[in-house]
Amino acid sequence: MKAEIISWTGQSVERVEDAALLTGRGRFIDDLGTRPGTLHAAILRSPHAHADILSIETETAAALPGVVAIVTGRDLAKLTTPMVAGLKIAAENWPMALERVRYVGEPVAIAVAESRYLAEDALDAIEVAYKPLKTVVDPVASMGEGAPVLHEKAGANLVSDRRFRYGEPEAAFAAAAHTISVSVAYPRNTGAPMETFGVVADYDPHEDVYDILANFQGPFSIHTVLARALKVPGNRLRLRMPPDSGGSFGVKQGVAPYAVLIGVAARIAGRPVKWIEDRLEHLGAAVAATNRVTALKAAVSAEGCISALDWDQIEDCGAYPRAPEPATLYRMHGNMTGAYDIRHVAMRNRVVLTNKAPTGLVRGFGGPQVYFALERLMQRIAVELQLDPLDVIRRNLIPAGAFPYRTATGALYDSGDYQAAVEQAVAGRLAELEQRRDAARAAGKRYGIGFAAAVEPSVSNMGYITTVLTAEERRKAGPKNGAQATATVSIDPVGSVSVHVASTPQGQGHRTVLAQVVADIFGLPHRDIRVVADLDTGKDAWSIASGNYSSRFAAAVAGAAHLAAIRLRDKLALIAADQLKAESTQIGFAGGAVFAKGNPDKTIPFGRVAALCHWAPALLPDGVDQTIRETAFWTPPQLTAPSEGDEINSSLCHGFIFDMAGVEVDPANGKARIDRYVTMHDCGRVLHPGMVEGQIRGGFAQALGATFYEELAYAEDGAFLTGTLADYLLPTATETPDIEILHIETPSPFTQLGTKGVGEGNCMSTPVCLANAVADALGVSEINLPLTPARLAALAAGPEPAQPETGRAVVPAARPGDRSLRGEGEARVAAAPAAIWAMLLDVDTLASIIPGCHGVEKLSDTHFKADVTLGVGPVKGRYKAEIKLSNLDEPRAATLTGSVSGALGTGGGSGRVTLTPDGAGGTVIGYAYEAAVGGKVAAIGGRLLDGAAKAIIGQFFAALARKASPGKPGLLARLFGRRA
Amino acid sequence: MKPAPFDYLRAGNLDEALATLAEHGSEARIIAGGQSLLPMLNMRLAKPAVLVDIMGVAGLGEVRREGEIIVVPAGVRQAALLQRPGLASEQPLLAAALPWLGHYQTRARGTVCGSAAHADPSAEIPLCLVALAGEVRLRSRRKRRVLKAADFFAGMMVTGKADDELIEAVAFPAARPGTGYAFNEVARRHGDFAIVGCAAMVEAGQIHLAVAGVADKPERRSWPRLDGSALDDALNAFAWELDAREDLHASARLRRDLVRTLGRRTIEEAGRCLA
Amino acid sequence: MPRLSAATRHRVGFTLNGKPVSVEAEPRLLATDALRHDIGATGTHVGCEHGVCGACTILIDGAPARACLTLAVQLEGREVTTVEGLAPAQDRLSVLQAAFRRHHALQCGFCTAGILISLDAFLREQPEPSEQELREVVGGHLCRCTGYTPIIAAAVEAAALLRRESQTIAQTIALESLDV
Repeated sequence: MKAEIISWTGQSVERVEDAALLTGRGRFIDDLGTRPGTLHAAILRSPHAHADILSIETETAAALPGVVAIVTGRDLAKLTTPMVAGLKIAAENWPMALERVRYVGEPVAIAVAESRYLAEDALDAIEVAYKPLKTVVDPVASMGEGAPVLHEKAGANLVSDRRFRYGEPEAAFAAAAHTISVSVAYPRNTGAPMETFGVVADYDPHEDVYDILANFQGPFSIHTVLARALKVPGNRLRLRMPPDSGGSFGVKQGVAPYAVLIGVAARIAGRPVKWIEDRLEHLGAAVAATNRVTALKAAVSAEGCISALDWDQIEDCGAYPRAPEPATLYRMHGNMTGAYDIRHVAMRNRVVLTNKAPTGLVRGFGGPQVYFALERLMQRIAVELQLDPLDVIRRNLIPAGAFPYRTATGALYDSGDYQAAVEQAVAGRLAELEQRRDAARAAGKRYGIGFAAAVEPSVSNMGYITTVLTAEERRKAGPKNGAQATATVSIDPVGSVSVHVASTPQGQGHRTVLAQVVADIFGLPHRDIRVVADLDTGKDAWSIASGNYSSRFAAAVAGAAHLAAIRLRDKLALIAADQLKAESTQIGFAGGAVFAKGNPDKTIPFGRVAALCHWAPALLPDGVDQTIRETAFWTPPQLTAPSEGDEINSSLCHGFIFDMAGVEVDPANGKARIDRYVTMHDCGRVLHPGMVEGQIRGGFAQALGATFYEELAYAEDGAFLTGTLADYLLPTATETPDIEILHIETPSPFTQLGTKGVGEGNCMSTPVCLANAVADALGVSEINLPLTPARLAALAAGPEPAQPETGRAVVPAARPGDRSLRGEGEARVAAAPAAIWAMLLDVDTLASIIPGCHGVEKLSDTHFKADVTLGVGPVKGRYKAEIKLSNLDEPRAATLTGSVSGALGTGGGSGRVTLTPDGAGGTVIGYAYEAAVGGKVAAIGGRLLDGAAKAIIGQFFAALARKASPGKPGLLARLFGRRA
Repeated sequence: MKPAPFDYLRAGNLDEALATLAEHGSEARIIAGGQSLLPMLNMRLAKPAVLVDIMGVAGLGEVRREGEIIVVPAGVRQAALLQRPGLASEQPLLAAALPWLGHYQTRARGTVCGSAAHADPSAEIPLCLVALAGEVRLRSRRKRRVLKAADFFAGMMVTGKADDELIEAVAFPAARPGTGYAFNEVARRHGDFAIVGCAAMVEAGQIHLAVAGVADKPERRSWPRLDGSALDDALNAFAWELDAREDLHASARLRRDLVRTLGRRTIEEAGRCLA
Repeated sequence: MPRLSAATRHRVGFTLNGKPVSVEAEPRLLATDALRHDIGATGTHVGCEHGVCGACTILIDGAPARACLTLAVQLEGREVTTVEGLAPAQDRLSVLQAAFRRHHALQCGFCTAGILISLDAFLREQPEPSEQELREVVGGHLCRCTGYTPIIAAAVEAAALLRRESQTIAQTIALESLDV
């Protein structure tokens, strides 16, 4: 055990970071000045989910004032290579589209100009011709016959299919009394940090060096990907991070492809280029967590004891398997049995590609997807076997004396006492919760209780991702393992202590904690320690595991700093022993002084000892090289490469969480109210209770969003639907309840300080705990996120009161996920069908009745091109439209097919128009249409579209009626649009 | 996300503003609080040639009474109306509905007339105007005219305002004795546009219910003093007639359910105010 | 007044945190960009540019406003307060700022400026706020780090401290007037 007296560590001291942030003196990437002459980039993005790029016309844009360069995928390809992916497949992974776009929001061109305003003006002037292709957004459908293949070179959308077997799962299932299963479709969501991505890049053509400032968060294994993509050796990609970063939650790993794009833009422009991502870009194309389809089965005894699990996971990585994917699927591989002692596991992991944005790191990283299935299963076991759900959890927990515990799939759980954690959490609280439930139910309310137990992994093994490869493939590629942490402690000529780490904090307060940890080693006040955490790969110590992810700070980085400080201190002790004529083992550090223990006369100020090496190195005792700077590298030996049998200790530390919630659902409005939420954590030793609490509350709030509000939603045709913060809803203060936080501490024997990670746990445990409570409240078995009012009301509601007989058309039910616009209507016109028919085929008539038409070009008798301005209210855009008539049944009916494309997006649809004589010389024009829109308008103005389609189609027929019977507008008897 | 270029006129009086509207028609846009227009400019959904800022026009900033009518001119911010002394008795529906409108921060900038002009079918101001049978006072260089609220709102962001007109004021009838008012709303989060908003006005012989968020504009129905299953039937018919929207935030079914349940609750609350 | 043309820059003068400033702005220049990049007041952050996140909230003539939904030209002649103007002195924190630090009411600090501005304005309007009122005011902001609980706790404490401070001042004034 460590001998030093702890004083600062473990206290909730005020953060050194805060004063600057509170007074507007933060130094986020967009707060830093740039070199004079720096240009600004804006990125043109695909409105299509899947389309071939036929041409990109950039001349007009390039000629605009202030525009310096327009960069397309072809320009990029001349200077870079595709980005290396985690999977060895033939799909080329470019950060900007070359010949084909595969998701809405994919970069297509970069405009570089004197200001961001001018760069966006240039985007409006770039014309891209696309040929839309069939799309697939559903991961299961992507594997099906006839699904469009995203990357023809890869041959199929299923790009990885691995089966694993641990123990004897088949025998366990055969012997089990029950097989109980759940199926889950886990949605896409994201971390949505309040600061978006930013990159400032410069290129030196003489030294062939890219100097790139980016609010990237690591892992710095990605540095190798970037250097390769930019075709420079690692020492010619200098990646620098700003001092402050406005949150990340994993997501700022996704800055990486933009480092390539902006680097290349700077190279082409010949000047530094800055790009700050906007929120629309961020939501549509930054980083999504994977959506996953999971089928999970358990072999269960009559008492609810689980002997085996059978996992079938289909992971959707979007359009490109971007590094480090498919890490989301494998990060949890060692702990797929959660908190439970289950010895037999079968697993099938498939990775598929679909026409959605690429995925990556998001807080929880694979945990939410796994625990949602596993903990829903625990509840289903209780319900189906009529057991108490808490008892089912208790019966399966890993016994307290079993640590370190090797799981079936290879993880080595470091420490824990799950039973104690559970019992402390429920003591008194569960009884009260049950009383509240009973009272609510007695009053006719729908109230439920949910539980979740989860093992929270932290400090990722850099080798876990290779579990996606077969043992044979791994042998070929060479072993990968470990997780190098690094920290530097240095002493300057007046003896003051500085710390530098490569942890790229994103707001967690690393600098404060490191000051505490290091201060304790030297016996100094924590305010005397100065910590710098901005990283420069050109001159600082770092390795591939550096960065801010997998909750590795407290367990790995703080430990490395501790180690570096101890090494320096031990050398200082030798100096002090020499000077004080004492034994080095008797030297103590406290209160800013170095002293011989038990001899109060023998004391020297710390600074005197600390500075000696600078001023009088000749006085250093034998065996002390220097005391100026010590860089510690630390990698835990437990993080070994995957075994021949695919066992993998995917993470070093394994915290424990037990959550319990009481939730009331109002069936009338579909809203859920969290009545009580208790979260018990064992994250080992706590270095700063205030920050640990902050991590738990912040993680809980994000999990609350994932549970009830947040989904990166796509239409069936790949249109992206949640492009603004008015559609991608983050919880606010009025939605986020207070929670009760509890702790027990079982220190990790594997880390320097006994710490474990704590930042991600509630993102794993909370969504399923709340879903279990809702399922209990409503008595339902299948439940998927997010639990929107519509979804909850549908689960809670009985049959709907019937539509009264009024002669109106029956409102058909919409297919879930179908966001297409449908409508129908009729118009009565005082002209015969033959006259109307002639009008519909006449260029001049069409030009005068198409809303906002600037001109019609006739390509054939039944094929027209038009240039139109369409809009609703102030929302207006100019579009190119194509209209085709088919299935002609003169003069009774025709099918109109149209498509429009413009800066605001694309649209297409078709409708059947019927002309029926009204018996009085006039015509009843009937129409029914189905349309779909994509691009910007779909992403940011979904609500607007219904109205727009209705208004525009209405305008068309109104104009037709006016034209057919001028002067008799009153004859326009009835005109209504209706939407299914 | 930066706006496309536009000219900017800080109008010193209404004539200047109206002349610019007359000159540019739909290419000119009035800016007052900017809470609806600026997001559209930043996203380049809207690219007007000229913005006409009317917040410097004298005489548009004060709420006034014209007999039993509360007149809210174009420069009045939502927060100012909400903070109007005595609003809760002067027109309890407005006092109940305005706190639901956006957030503290957006109410401090957004204007009452701006919300009416934006004509979002889920918004509270249009709902109150329709519920109370208020009116919208339009003005162009040619003439002044007044539209009943029900005639002004024509669809999603579509109104009866011509391109050369601006909203000079909106007018809400003040509370009448013997009339009860109530407001309720369900939204995804506090401050979001309503999934369904209900505003009820109950008089001695009549019930009026206006609903936002369901059809493409706020819709009002009036019935005699129904209760029990007759009221349920009336609300069910109303719910189906509204041809509810299906979107990311709510299903058509939930919207119909809310017309039936929240509508009934709102009517009952208004009835209790009356008693 | 003359129409400001789109293509040229126009001088816009206003008061920022008590001091006169001016920028040269095209009509379309957003107040966020003018403050941050022309004046260098980078404490006001930009999180969404569509008025939802609240990070850019500033005070215009004492009332909160989303700077991203404000044009620089609209600031002409106004009194603008940003986060840089909240502390009583360079090396001190305001009562509210200090409460935020004590309660760990910030992590990354990106959204914090806007929240401080809103609460500063609201606590002037309503010195005795309920917790629900504070939640609704903070509800006009998005914070992705803290889960809001410590922000509300800091606001509640700051409100109490500010009340005590103003009572003390009132008492001091009363005592001084007795002395006279």
